[in-house]
Amino acid sequence: MGIYLPIAEISVNVFVLLAMGAAVGFLSGMFGVGGGFLITPLLIFYNIPPAIAVATGANQVIASSFSGALSHFKRGTLDFKLGGVLLAGGIVGSTAGIYVFALLRRLGQLDLFISLLYVALLGTVGGLMLVESVNALRASRSGAAPVLKKSGQHNWIHRLPFKMRFRASKLFVSIIPVLGLGAAIGFLSSIMGVGGGFIMVPALIYLLKVPTNVVIGTSLFQIIFTSAYTTLVHATTNQTVDVILAFLLMAGGVAGAQYGAKAGQRLRGEQLRALLALLVLAVAIRLAIDLFVTPPNRYSLAGLT
Amino acid sequence: MGPLRAFAAAILSLAAAALPAAAQTPATESIQIGLSTDAISITAGFSGADLTIFGSLENPDPLIARQGRYDVIVVLEGPARPVVVRRKDRVLGVWINLESETFENVPVSYSVATTRPLQDITEPNSYKQLSLGASNLYMQPAEPSDSPITIEEFTSALRERKTATGLYSENVGGVQFLSQNLFRATVRLAPNIPVGTHKARAFLFKSGMFVKESSAQLEIRKSGFEQSIFRVAHDYSFLYGVFAVSLAMLTGWLGRIVFRKD
Repeated sequence: MGIYLPIAEISVNVFVLLAMGAAVGFLSGMFGVGGGFLITPLLIFYNIPPAIAVATGANQVIASSFSGALSHFKRGTLDFKLGGVLLAGGIVGSTAGIYVFALLRRLGQLDLFISLLYVALLGTVGGLMLVESVNALRASRSGAAPVLKKSGQHNWIHRLPFKMRFRASKLFVSIIPVLGLGAAIGFLSSIMGVGGGFIMVPALIYLLKVPTNVVIGTSLFQIIFTSAYTTLVHATTNQTVDVILAFLLMAGGVAGAQYGAKAGQRLRGEQLRALLALLVLAVAIRLAIDLFVTPPNRYSLAGLT
Repeated sequence: MGPLRAFAAAILSLAAAALPAAAQTPATESIQIGLSTDAISITAGFSGADLTIFGSLENPDPLIARQGRYDVIVVLEGPARPVVVRRKDRVLGVWINLESETFENVPVSYSVATTRPLQDITEPNSYKQLSLGASNLYMQPAEPSDSPITIEEFTSALRERKTATGLYSENVGGVQFLSQNLFRATVRLAPNIPVGTHKARAFLFKSGMFVKESSAQLEIRKSGFEQSIFRVAHDYSFLYGVFAVSLAMLTGWLGRIVFRKD
């Protein structure tokens, strides 16, 4: 069944989009990630213009993170204060990102920049995860006890000024890295259409030493607002948010997420992470290939923006 | 045409009016086209169509008409907009948009229908003068100081891209005479035809000489639910953004209720 996307201005198949949403939702439920980093490249592979894929991806991320944050709110595993400071940084980063986005679009370099960012980020994150999970798998096979991270160890981050106390996270830390992290995630959100959970979660755990149980809820909480802000600004400045496209992806996504969560419980942590790492690397490689393969047509037309 | 000959022609046409049976009909042919509507609404699922335009020749010379020496070219020209043409080049193995050229006032679409192949109707020079045919459209570069070779390269790339996407098309044999006076032209509307005011123009040629031109305007609008969304997204973009965000939150919340596990 074909449907015309009013903003992307192309006809697409409803079932392909629902399936795409469901597949990404399944994976995001299984691995506990938002899935924005998969949705945007998939949309680009499906010939949706990158500018629209990014803005719509940000819109879709709201749905999955909202639904996730609600469960964490109920369980009380959400640090509002930490989330709020992250969000303040996020708004600044997102605003800067939107400005860069519009500038790159005018220069005709937006598509390239989006692809390069995805290749670099997904390649790094995927590679690190793969190495880490393969090591963990090997260690568990050889029967060695996993090396526990020493808690209470302080790094350079804890020597920065402007400290603030975050009660729910049992944390007393400078707000500079918190704001900086929020800003970086906001910037990526507006340029890549991702929630940024796949960077936020490890950064909160390893850099800020936030207890693991509040990390996901807090990260989801800040992602809702950063991506809501990103969506709003993209809608007003670039008119690149396609609600029909976003809705189809969300509808598939929320359904898929539930089954993914169930499937995820049956797999072991290291296996799960190795699988996710392979998936992330595959997307990065596919995007990289497109950068190097001779395009069918070297010339492209664009309106003046 | 000197003043004397014009005067002579005027006399002759007077004579012709007075004596319709006169053997020599003067050269006062003209052309008219009519559109059955001045606006077309296309829906979201529009996948291209043929637009038929009827027209008539007034005062044709029966002899020339019988010999088929009248030719008609009908053009449906879309609104003009600035266009940036970009060229990808390889930098360290990666394909990057490097060179670009901006053109002012490029018709977004340009569909031509003709009685015969363009090269058989008249000289290349008269097409140039009339700026008729996709390959004779003058594309005004925004920076005329750029090298002519570059401008030429990007102009032809622009035409090639427009033709490849169906926005510029040529329908040879798309104009047919139904009688000595009446003709029918079929121009193609591309699936991605732009909205706005389109101009239909008909050119009459007699034995390879341009005689007369006539034009009509056609408004192309998009209609339907999807188009309303497009308009809202552009006219009330902030509210549209708020709606998009609320829809996402609602979907996320409903999804949790429907598939609740905890």
